[in-house]
Amino acid sequence: MSTETTAEERQPLLSVRDLVQEFVVREGGGARGGVVQAVSGVSFDIMPGETLGIVGETGSGKSTLARAILQSPRPKSGTVSFRGSELTRLRGRRLLAARQHMQFVFQDPFGSLDPKWKARSIIEEPLIAYSAGDRQARRKRVDELLDLVGLDPARYAKRHPRELSGGQAQRIAIARAVALNPDLLICDEAVSSLDVLIQAQVLNLFEKLRRELGLSYLFIAHDLALVKQVSDRVGVMYLGRFCEVGPGESVYKQPLHPYTRALLDSIPSTEPGAGRATTTLRGEPPSPVNPPSGCRFRTRCPRAADRCADEVPEPRELFPGHLVACHFPLTVAAEPAKVSAPTQTTARAQG
Amino acid sequence: MSEALLQVEDLRVAFAAGGREIRAVDGVSYRVEARQTLAIIGESGSGKTVGCRAIMGLLPATATIGGSARLNGSELIGLSDAQLRKYRGSVMAMVFQDPARSLNPTMRVGSQITEAIRTHRKISRSEAHTEAVELLRLVRIPAPERRYHEYPHQLSGGMRQRVMIAIALACRPKLLIADEATTALDVTTQAQIMELMLELQAELGMSLVFISHDLGLAASYADQVVVMYAGKIVEQAPAKKLFGAGGTVRMRYTRALLDAIPHIEREAHTELPVVAGRPPDPTAMPPGCSFAPRCVHAQDDCTAKAPALAEHSPGHSWACWHPCENGVAR
Repeated sequence: MSTETTAEERQPLLSVRDLVQEFVVREGGGARGGVVQAVSGVSFDIMPGETLGIVGETGSGKSTLARAILQSPRPKSGTVSFRGSELTRLRGRRLLAARQHMQFVFQDPFGSLDPKWKARSIIEEPLIAYSAGDRQARRKRVDELLDLVGLDPARYAKRHPRELSGGQAQRIAIARAVALNPDLLICDEAVSSLDVLIQAQVLNLFEKLRRELGLSYLFIAHDLALVKQVSDRVGVMYLGRFCEVGPGESVYKQPLHPYTRALLDSIPSTEPGAGRATTTLRGEPPSPVNPPSGCRFRTRCPRAADRCADEVPEPRELFPGHLVACHFPLTVAAEPAKVSAPTQTTARAQG
Repeated sequence: MSEALLQVEDLRVAFAAGGREIRAVDGVSYRVEARQTLAIIGESGSGKTVGCRAIMGLLPATATIGGSARLNGSELIGLSDAQLRKYRGSVMAMVFQDPARSLNPTMRVGSQITEAIRTHRKISRSEAHTEAVELLRLVRIPAPERRYHEYPHQLSGGMRQRVMIAIALACRPKLLIADEATTALDVTTQAQIMELMLELQAELGMSLVFISHDLGLAASYADQVVVMYAGKIVEQAPAKKLFGAGGTVRMRYTRALLDAIPHIEREAHTELPVVAGRPPDPTAMPPGCSFAPRCVHAQDDCTAKAPALAEHSPGHSWACWHPCENGVAR
């Protein structure tokens, strides 16, 4: 559409550098006060048409990261460059204009759709907000969008959210998100609350939109297999930092960070009894108020040494495009020593 | 066959809604042997939770419950609430999905555990305290003496679920029912809680029934698996017969569930095999097989007559006129 497409294609669509987000919490009700270091220096790029998946546990900062990109609330420091504009420096109308091309899909469709509105009005709202076409054109566009997400306009346009199933409501949320032809869709646990058959339908819808509209995604979820399914590259987050980033195939086939390995081992497999043999991660992530010095994973890491407490591991590229932030990354040779035979289910299950 | 710990026969639960009857559970039978783990798998609305709540006596009075559920030989269906209370919490106990909502936010977790103990047993406060700390230790909560005095909001989701399990275990039940107990948790925490429940099962000699939408959990942790769809059991077998090298699922719905799960072995951006539509409206059930309207293999006989759940091979039952071929691997 725009004249600079050729130049843009070589540039990343979204470029995030050293993003930091912190929140001050007051002490009270038995909770410790202090500064929650939610996101502590995260950098990545998303190229046009690319999907970056982010996995991490509750409290890893993945949702905070997404919101910081959206400037809601603004990050404490770092830069977010989107389609060539620096979002952290924009405000008011210019920020809104830039954000038009970046849309969000949240976990709970019923929480993000106004229960008093009909599907048509929900999808039409962004078109009105950004003055896209007259009434008739908007009407036509809503019908197109409903079609695109696989809902028959004649049947669903007049329904309220409560008259929809979870999957249908999420489709409405997706239709609203793509109404303004965004370049980037940020999905925060967008399919996590759906039943597996409906989840598969919505995942296929995301794929279709990627193919047909050339959308890029930042796809955030705690389910590793889900993220693998939709992503070109995957980043693993722990306590506000990336442990490992790389092409999906590479990260899942050859995890370099002990945390990634532990996450992969926690996936229930469809092999009977497989879950019992795996080495599950002990304990829970420490508080993001006062996180451990050095490597933040060291308190739960089987490989931790003195150096891990003193030095923050810098991301290193060990394979093409595959970065790990670990002083003692897992290598092919070291792996069998740590993990005994029955734990290899993740690599074997295809059979 | 000898009497199982829990023997459910032809369980039926119906609700009246606007003059129409909703059959949430429609003739469900299964048995749970002592020290065994049974997984009940199904989507939202399949009747998996309602069935277990009927056994526990946790349904509203508007529910019509029929059939039989015998725990240790005593019939539970038809008992008054007062009679059921004798079993609930003592012989059988339940853990729910959302520990944040099941716990009282204004009470220290320790008091919530001692309350559970003292409801069923006449022991002193200090004895109950000692026992509550012991229970926290049992569910592997670090520093139990300190945690005893904390409030639910001071605990993580995984820790809260451990507290719920501690409460459920207060009277050393013979049967623990976990209803989507790990669904809201992270993968690593889910694995920890599942392992914990299995360890405790072995330690205390309990039977475990877990309700989930995740066939992967059933494959990893269950001995027996029951798959439900639209209020009925559509497939039932030992986990070994369904999953892994020697196993195969036969019912088309189970197959669809299994295929729709994203696997890390699957290549990125590939189309997931999907099933169109959604489960039937419980007030307007289709004639014939309830899955037929969504099944790509449905033929005329499927919509004409409902297939009964029958044991087609030893231990393996399914309800399907045109089942998947034996040996069809994923």
